[in-house]
Amino acid sequence: MIRFSHVGLNYRRTAQAGGIVSRHADATALDDIDFDIPEGGFRWLTGPSGAGKTSLLKLMYLAIHPTNGRIDLLGTDTAKLDRRGTALLRRRIGVVYQDFRLLRHLTAYDNVALPMRLARRKEAHVRADVTELLRWVGLAGRLDHRPDELSGGEQQRVAIARAVITRPSLLLADEPTGNLDDDQAERLMHLITSLNRLGTTVIVATHNLGLVARHPAPVMELEAGRMVRHG
Amino acid sequence: MAKRAASRADRIGLRAAMADRLLPFMVAAMSFLAALALAGSIAASALATHWLSGAQGLITIEVPNPGQPVAANGPRRADAVLTLLQATPGLADAHVLSRQSLATLLKPWLGAAASDGTLPIALPAVIVAHSRTATPDPATLDAKLAGIAPGTLVESGASWAARLEALTDSLRASAAAVLVIVALVAASVVAVAVRAGLAQRREAIEIIHGLGALDSDIANQFARRAMRLAATGGLIGALVALPVLVWLGRLSASFVASAPSINTNPASALASALPPLLWASPVLFTVATALIGWVAAQATVRGWLKQLT
Ligand SMILES: Nc1ncnc2c1ncn2[C@@H]1O[C@H](COP(=O)(O)OP(=O)(O)OP(=O)(O)O)[C@@H](O)[C@H]1O
Ligand SMILES: [Mg+2]
Repeated sequence: MIRFSHVGLNYRRTAQAGGIVSRHADATALDDIDFDIPEGGFRWLTGPSGAGKTSLLKLMYLAIHPTNGRIDLLGTDTAKLDRRGTALLRRRIGVVYQDFRLLRHLTAYDNVALPMRLARRKEAHVRADVTELLRWVGLAGRLDHRPDELSGGEQQRVAIARAVITRPSLLLADEPTGNLDDDQAERLMHLITSLNRLGTTVIVATHNLGLVARHPAPVMELEAGRMVRHG
Repeated sequence: MAKRAASRADRIGLRAAMADRLLPFMVAAMSFLAALALAGSIAASALATHWLSGAQGLITIEVPNPGQPVAANGPRRADAVLTLLQATPGLADAHVLSRQSLATLLKPWLGAAASDGTLPIALPAVIVAHSRTATPDPATLDAKLAGIAPGTLVESGASWAARLEALTDSLRASAAAVLVIVALVAASVVAVAVRAGLAQRREAIEIIHGLGALDSDIANQFARRAMRLAATGGLIGALVALPVLVWLGRLSASFVASAPSINTNPASALASALPPLLWASPVLFTVATALIGWVAAQATVRGWLKQLT
């Protein structure tokens, strides 16, 4: 269960000019966001560019703290988490970043294995799961390629595989089909809906309204930092 | 497959994340200096012990114009002083140094003239005595001696033993300070190398942090590597220092008569060329630098990670 109560976010943009930190008070990215998503729910997150979709997801994957309001994630008030608690909660959240964030010096295999290794799974399990998942996303022949040896779409699929490899309780995907063709996008949606049926709460931010139409689910629509629709 | 196998041991992909060329060399240099400081401190203690065991309780009395009688028809001043000293409780083994041994002692300063009697000045008689546990009160002794032979000088070993002790204490304190400084410099060298590694892998660390890595997961990666590199440096520095120390030991052996300066068995000569503590220094320094590397890296990484939410 995810609950946002009157959440606001104001990026205090810091510009470093000769060591002087200037603060722009107008950097309000999210304003009075209020919603609930039940455990196992699925939501689309839409809205024009700059509306605040990524910002909302960042709050959910604990990359930033809200300026005001309260966020409850998987039964925890995030304001009460210490460093260790934050790290452990992050492990239960799979994230597909808009810019992938793969480790450049690691192969596709090792990138996908990373969350399992952080969780100290046995290497035999890691090998079985990682190879199977990479085969599933069509990268069976790319295990030993590093990100700069992969196409944009292939990198995106590695990022997706890394996000779901540990069967997270919450899956956050930021524009996960941006670099995929329609076929691959459908395969990805199949993977995501399978996970969702297994109990993972899923939120997918996208501009792709055709995709949204083909997979009907409640939509959260942002506009200029405000939630203009939820349902 | 090779690529994959190589990174499997490195669970979170930070293995190559440290500027590691210079680190062992810098730590080796610190280790070398530390070995020298330690050796200096040990040598100072050994020399002091040696000298003090000879000097402690030794009293030297110089009697000017020893041949002059104390009073008309009285005994010679030197004999009178000797009699007095022999009768003083707490003093033992009082005896006049022979002309010959006095001449030998003075030869470096006065040359042949000291022994052939051509010296234009009259030498004082020198009486040496050992004070037992209870040293006679110097003021009383002085007063008594002044009555018999005015101008007599009493030189007690205790006074310069105290000065020698102060000297060795300050040498040992300096050596300890050098050890502390060298350890701090080694820790700073590790911290700088770790910081460089962190900066170089910043993006990767942010990603791993975002995936839920604990601070300890990341810090341990760096600390293990820093520990290995620092320990390597520590070992190398201490090993390089050993021959230098053996050589210094040989040089200083001539000052300490009891030290085996010439030994027919080369193996045992080498073994006794250094105190056991110095032979153990490679092990000691490896452990110490490993510890320094580990602690400095942990502290650096954990401090750095604070900037990530
Ligand atoms: N780190 C940041 N510092 C300051 N302002 C930011 C930061 N990140 C985003 N913003 C601003 O916050 C607002 C929302 O950005 P956000 O990235 O959440 O939009 P988005 O809906 O994800 O857009 P897109 O569809 O283009 O990805 C924008 O005005 C953006 O300029
Ligand atoms: Mg975005």
